[in-house]
Amino acid sequence: MSSELVTKYFREDRLPHIWCPGCGHGIATRAVMEAIDRLGWDKNNTCIVSGIGCSSRAPGYLDFNTLHTTHGRALAFATGIKLAKPHLHVIVLTGDGDTSAIGGNHLIHAARRNIDITTVVFNNNTYGMTGGQYSPTTPFHDKGTTAPYGNIDQPFDICNLAQAAGATYVARSTVFHPKQLSQMVEKALQKKGFSLVEAISSCPTYYGRKNKKGTAVDMMNFLKYRAVSQSKFDALSPEEQAEHVVTGEFMNRTAPEYTESYQKIIDLVQGREESK
Amino acid sequence: METETKLMQGNEACVAGALHAGMRFFAGYPITPSTEIAELSALHLPKFGGKFIQMEDELASMAAAIGASIAGEKTMTATSGPGFSLKQENLGYAAMAEIPCVIVNVQRCGPSTGLPTSPAQGDVMQARWGTHGDHPMIVLTPSSVSETFSLTVQAFNLAEQYMTPVILLMDEVVGHMREKVNIKELSQLPQINRRRFEGQADDYYAYRPDQSLTPALMPFGEGYRYHITGLYHDETGFPTNSTDNARAQLKRLHQKLELGDNLAMYEEVEMEKEVDLMILSYGSTYRSARKAARKARKEGKSVGEFRVISLWPSPELAIREAAKKAKAVLVVEMNEGQYVQEVERIVKSKSEIHFLGNGAGELINPEEVYEKILEVLTCQANS
Ligand SMILES: Cc1ncc(C[n+]2csc(CCOP(=O)(O)OP(=O)(O)O)c2C)c(N)n1
Ligand code: SF4
Repeated sequence: MSSELVTKYFREDRLPHIWCPGCGHGIATRAVMEAIDRLGWDKNNTCIVSGIGCSSRAPGYLDFNTLHTTHGRALAFATGIKLAKPHLHVIVLTGDGDTSAIGGNHLIHAARRNIDITTVVFNNNTYGMTGGQYSPTTPFHDKGTTAPYGNIDQPFDICNLAQAAGATYVARSTVFHPKQLSQMVEKALQKKGFSLVEAISSCPTYYGRKNKKGTAVDMMNFLKYRAVSQSKFDALSPEEQAEHVVTGEFMNRTAPEYTESYQKIIDLVQGREESK
Repeated sequence: METETKLMQGNEACVAGALHAGMRFFAGYPITPSTEIAELSALHLPKFGGKFIQMEDELASMAAAIGASIAGEKTMTATSGPGFSLKQENLGYAAMAEIPCVIVNVQRCGPSTGLPTSPAQGDVMQARWGTHGDHPMIVLTPSSVSETFSLTVQAFNLAEQYMTPVILLMDEVVGHMREKVNIKELSQLPQINRRRFEGQADDYYAYRPDQSLTPALMPFGEGYRYHITGLYHDETGFPTNSTDNARAQLKRLHQKLELGDNLAMYEEVEMEKEVDLMILSYGSTYRSARKAARKARKEGKSVGEFRVISLWPSPELAIREAAKKAKAVLVVEMNEGQYVQEVERIVKSKSEIHFLGNGAGELINPEEVYEKILEVLTCQANS
């Protein structure tokens, strides 16, 4: 299955990729390709857009219309593509820093507009590409190169943020659960509206080392331990909750989609012009 | 029946020109004195099947405009000083990734939020050097409402022809002034569309340039799958760290504009002979300079006029040749001295250069220019 996927969707001449051994980003990328494969989407009508970061290098390896933009701005570029040509499928692959720090404003507004773009956030709780600084999702007290004494920022819950801003599909899984992750991405891709899937990923090279999380395998096992359902999470004490993260589907609703609403304006205005 | 002439505001003429050039996408964020451009785009674009979007800020507007251009539309965004500063990173992206797009900056008085709605021409150097790196830039500056229409069309045409962002650098006076324009004549202006690759998708290299050194980027969604990045890349579009490749790419970015014979835009009046003084100006300031020069000439003084239309790339050859015919050059601009530095660089002290400027949000009126002319000429007579 995996080698077939590689032949079908990866630009083999672009491999090997730049990701470190044990990095979770490859698994997340594969989960997205599996979802596209199950949907049988035409590669010519699919655009994959990213910002800057290790995660954002993913589109370069994928055989679609791919766009590697500036740090944090992927959703704004993607909005232009989608609104200009609504028949194109537009997917954004991004990191936690890319999308929730420098790109936080674009995230909430893309969700608010409910434009039909699927965002997959590879959340490794750190800035991998620049060497392990703390990010808006670094857990309280965890370390980063710019938080040598422990992080005192309160972390964002990206799924909560997207939901509150108006996204129509929001879900979270981890790279330890690639099947669930891929199924969530598939649902997100099918959703008419703004959808976001958070893929908890791992960066053994920086986040893992800084926070003494052990080997890449240890980190994967930690993801397994960390992920719990909402009901299990609710039963935990606040101290225990800090160790865990809820996975599952948080939002699945329908709402007017932006490019469709705009098309209605065009139809209305052009109809009026004709009847003049 | 199409009426011949229309009373139009500069910002309105910009939108009319853009629509004539084929604009089908506008992304912006409101800021005075450019806001009418967004408002009129929102009103008119849907009539043409085009799209308008008010983004969350100027960074996003620039990004969305680039995205829509990648999807094949002719796109524009408009702003004023503070917003122009925010657009810079993605403006550089458009230059690097060779994405056509028109960026309008209706200048107002700065620095920072400055004097909102007061006129200035303080973004001349920002237009040229605002973003990081060494790429060239095309910057056009209109002096009248009618010319705002025609230069907007030209901005779109150059963007498509050279696959590059083009800045239309207006000022508040031109943006808000109302003048008669000859619509019939302006609607004869030609439209240029970006080159298309005609071969098989397998033979396609997005960043393989033709003789004009310009690549033919095919819109996303038309069967040519490739990669676009702001990193240095080879002709496939994929990043490479090779400094040899970077050198060649940067050189090509410069050379493709150096090949442009319609890039040097300027206008000369009374410069066919030697003059005692040549006034060089641009944008709305030229209108005051022109009035002062005419008054001086009527009094028998030898004064020529040089109006720069393409600020960047500068009409170097023309400025140098014209300056040779002038005993002195007077640069007048609504700032504390920006383009005068470019003129000094070009003329290389072969001519005496004088400067009259004001960056504090006030128009330079014809009387001030006239007095400066007298001052320079008296100096000359006494030396
Ligand atoms: C404007 C700007 N600021 C900073 C950077 C440097 N930078 C590159 S990637 C990155 C963080 C990436 O982190 P994340 O999005 O979490 O992705 P990861 O590398 O962890 O996958 C930063 C700060 C940049 N490229 N551009
Ligand atoms: S630095 Fe971290 S996030 Fe980046 S490739 Fe290596 S493991 Fe992955």
